[in-house]
Amino acid sequence: MINKLFQHLAKHIDSFLMTCLIFTLLIGLFVLYSASGQNYSRLFGQCINIIVALSLMWAAANIAPNQLERVALPLYVLGVILLICVALFGSVSHGARRWLNLGFTQIQPSEIMRIAMPMMLAWYFSKREGKPAIADFAIGGLLLLVPVALIMKQPDLGTAILISASGFYILFLAGLSWKFLVGGVIAFAASTPILWSMLHDYQRRRIEILLDPTQDPLGAGYHTIQAIIAVGSGGIAGKGWLKGTQAQLDFLPERSTDFIFAVFGEEFGLLGNLLLLLLFSLIIMRGLVIASQAPSTFSRLLAGSITLTFFTYGFVNMGMVSGILPVVGVPLPLISYGGTSMVMLCIGFGILMSIQTHKKLVAT
Amino acid sequence: MRAEIKNFQHEQYYFRLRLGFSALVVILLFSLLAVRFFYLQIKQHDHYQTLAENNRISLVPIVPNRGLIIGKNGVVLAHNFFVYTLEITPSKITDLEVTIAELRKLVEISPLDLKRFKKLREESRNFESVPIRTHLNEFEAAKFAVNHYRFPGVEIKSRLFRHYPLGKLGSHVIGYIGRINAMDLAGLEKSDSLSNYKGSDHVGKSGIEQFYEPYLHGTTGFQQVEVDADGRAVRVLSSTLPVPGNDIILSIDSKMQEIAETAFGEHRGALVAINPKTGEVLAYVSQPTFDPNLFVDGIDVDNWKSLNDSLDKPLINRPIRGIYPPGSTFKPFVAMAGLENGKRVPPFSIQDAGYFTLANSTHRYRDWKPGGHGMVDMQRAITVSCDTFFYGLALDLGIEKLTDFVRHFGFGEKSGIDMQGEIGGLLPTPEWKMRRYKQPWYQGETVITGIGQGYTLVTPMQLAQATAILANNGVAMKPHFVTKIQQAISGEMQIIAAEVQDKIVLNPENIAIVRRGMIDVTLPGGTAASVGANATYSIAAKTGTAQVVGIKQNEKYNANSIDERHRDHALFIAYAPADNPTIALAVIVENGSHGGSVGGPIARKVMDYYLLGKQPGVDATPLASKAKPPGAIGASVIGGAAIKPGAIPEEELHD
Repeated sequence: MINKLFQHLAKHIDSFLMTCLIFTLLIGLFVLYSASGQNYSRLFGQCINIIVALSLMWAAANIAPNQLERVALPLYVLGVILLICVALFGSVSHGARRWLNLGFTQIQPSEIMRIAMPMMLAWYFSKREGKPAIADFAIGGLLLLVPVALIMKQPDLGTAILISASGFYILFLAGLSWKFLVGGVIAFAASTPILWSMLHDYQRRRIEILLDPTQDPLGAGYHTIQAIIAVGSGGIAGKGWLKGTQAQLDFLPERSTDFIFAVFGEEFGLLGNLLLLLLFSLIIMRGLVIASQAPSTFSRLLAGSITLTFFTYGFVNMGMVSGILPVVGVPLPLISYGGTSMVMLCIGFGILMSIQTHKKLVAT
Repeated sequence: MRAEIKNFQHEQYYFRLRLGFSALVVILLFSLLAVRFFYLQIKQHDHYQTLAENNRISLVPIVPNRGLIIGKNGVVLAHNFFVYTLEITPSKITDLEVTIAELRKLVEISPLDLKRFKKLREESRNFESVPIRTHLNEFEAAKFAVNHYRFPGVEIKSRLFRHYPLGKLGSHVIGYIGRINAMDLAGLEKSDSLSNYKGSDHVGKSGIEQFYEPYLHGTTGFQQVEVDADGRAVRVLSSTLPVPGNDIILSIDSKMQEIAETAFGEHRGALVAINPKTGEVLAYVSQPTFDPNLFVDGIDVDNWKSLNDSLDKPLINRPIRGIYPPGSTFKPFVAMAGLENGKRVPPFSIQDAGYFTLANSTHRYRDWKPGGHGMVDMQRAITVSCDTFFYGLALDLGIEKLTDFVRHFGFGEKSGIDMQGEIGGLLPTPEWKMRRYKQPWYQGETVITGIGQGYTLVTPMQLAQATAILANNGVAMKPHFVTKIQQAISGEMQIIAAEVQDKIVLNPENIAIVRRGMIDVTLPGGTAASVGANATYSIAAKTGTAQVVGIKQNEKYNANSIDERHRDHALFIAYAPADNPTIALAVIVENGSHGGSVGGPIARKVMDYYLLGKQPGVDATPLASKAKPPGAIGASVIGGAAIKPGAIPEEELHD
């Protein structure tokens, strides 16, 4: 009886993906316990976040892809409207206008776009039968640029990059011509000076410091330098759980959130890092397999984009902590403390599972 | 339908191609990360390991306890105690004015404290913590501790403070410590001891505190402390204990020092008493004196001004830095020169008419006693301080022979006492005068050098040492303050042995002549008869007077009509017991006029205490004040005018 109930509940759960996720989340809890200075309330909070996120993942997994297809457009429109509202009446905190006060709670509409954007573009290209024309990519690009521009203005570089990436992956997977890709890269390189002038001073400074962290060892470069010291001093096997001096003695800033990977690298060393890379790789490969087997254009584009966006998250975060990418507020997926990011990621994985498990139903 | 499926398959093929490409990129970028991790965690691991260690480990110096300075009688002259201080680190504070205003609501901070804080702040670096209030009581410390959270950058510290319990007593000997300034730093760097002063705020600035700094300071210990990013100590990893400084035991008895200082009364001047057999300094007075405690914590502007600007110059270390013409106290040494050079072989004597003239000159070098002393031989010349006798002797000797001989007694040279800043005085020679004034030496200058006038300048230290050499039959012992150095932990005692500095070969018969002359000085008929009155031991002494302002030929010197600061300096040298001396001393009373009547009683009190253990006031026989024999009173008057300054022709003095 119980067995049957379980089977019913787990009907739309991809066991391989789920195993990898649980493994990664458990590692995350251990690291967080250490990074927060053995703070149980932090740990408890993160457990709540995980429970909520996994519940929503289960819910998303039980929604059939064709139903998702239907909400793609309305969700996108809602997201854009809310972003415009943020730009007009959003509340400012830490010099950025990201939050919208709804009276009873505050929401961050850019987070909605993380799901709405790939859904919208996947829906758009699934409506174009056959080989999409150049015009379709132009419209797709426009659909992508509007919310990204709004988010850049907040400013929230990290989210803007991730959303652009999720949109770009759709365009790429939908068959955007290589000519455009190569041309785009060249155009991007050419427009760098213009983009540079559009960046905020602190964002420019971050890139400058990235190139040479010693420029400002006690200021903006401090984060990077301390993070690199932490990772480097970890060595092969790490200093041991709860024994990272950089982490435990407060030298690492934001070590529960964006810089949690430095704590991990310090305490678990190269072996830990490689294990995490392996877990991430397994998740990504599973996602790509799901995408390649997906039955419809919408679902395979969406699955591909969700998977590659997850990769982008991980790569950007680990890259910034280990000093090869600029510090752009991107958390380490499944590990960093924080509810919103966890929930959005798990909804993404839920969608992946939905695509995988509903495929058979469609086929039969 | 078929076309659609075919189209779908075609589309899926292209999609999978792109997906495959993406997977390749994923693998490539993750490999890049893996390489980066390998680089940081394997190749550069040692480097980052070091950086992480440097981050977390901080070396905290532990300042050693400074050694004590202890008097011969066991009385502690300088010690340490802990006090709470309220300290501010300016670099950690955004608005200093506001912080101080808020602090004043909690703890009393006087305008004087503020002034000192301002001065200290200017002297120290921005990230150093500077005391704003010292000597907080427990209540104040607790009150601040409760409110500590409101004052980032303000801390209560427990600091070791130097304290001089006897205050003004002997402050020129003991000296003081003060905050390390740029000059001290340069000095420490030069002596390669800078690392030993990490954490030390103070260094000896004068006196024993300065000279024995390397012994007193001790060796700084270190603690390896794990610190967090805010620099707070989390735990101690290892520590090397500091080695406390050595205790310094002086040859000066605080009681004797007190008697000597008190004997000066309101007078300015100096006294140095030496044990001629060992060179130990027994008393060392520089009057007026000052309270060294004022300097420990950085002296405030007002106190500094009043000390530095005072006409009495309390900060001058008179015994080694004050220079005075020796006056008639020079005569015993000139006498030795005459005797040893065979220029005045007994029973040589002169008929003193009260003046001396050079051949081919009508100028009269007058004796202090109008009409002269009659028949005078060497011994009597010393006893009555006959100027005429010594004018002639000096001329017969010639300036070179004279200075060559007395130089052996330490004149014109530093005594080598264990104190910094000593100056060497002046023993003039024709070469010196040519160098200094581009003028030849005149005979008249030789004549007046015979009575300690002219260019000759001595420090009280030199005069005391010369007296000690004379008392010790020509054997010069190295003068020193410190007799023992005791290690704080082991208690091991290092004894500073008496050291022979020089031996002048003197004929005992000649020594005896001078001694007899000097003993007679303190007997009825001598220039300091009152000093010897009622003495149970024999005293050999010589009075002297040194002119402060020149007096014109034929003008009469009248002490009472002259401004106090323009009166003559009174000098007095003595040793006792005369047949086996254990104390030799020199006294200079600035503007004291009469060597015998002002300097003598001071010397007598010191000798009485040293030789008999007698304390003035305890035994009711104070010397000058109590009933004196009639002869002594007369002698006192005579002695007072040991040299009539009018006797010295002004044009010669200012040649």
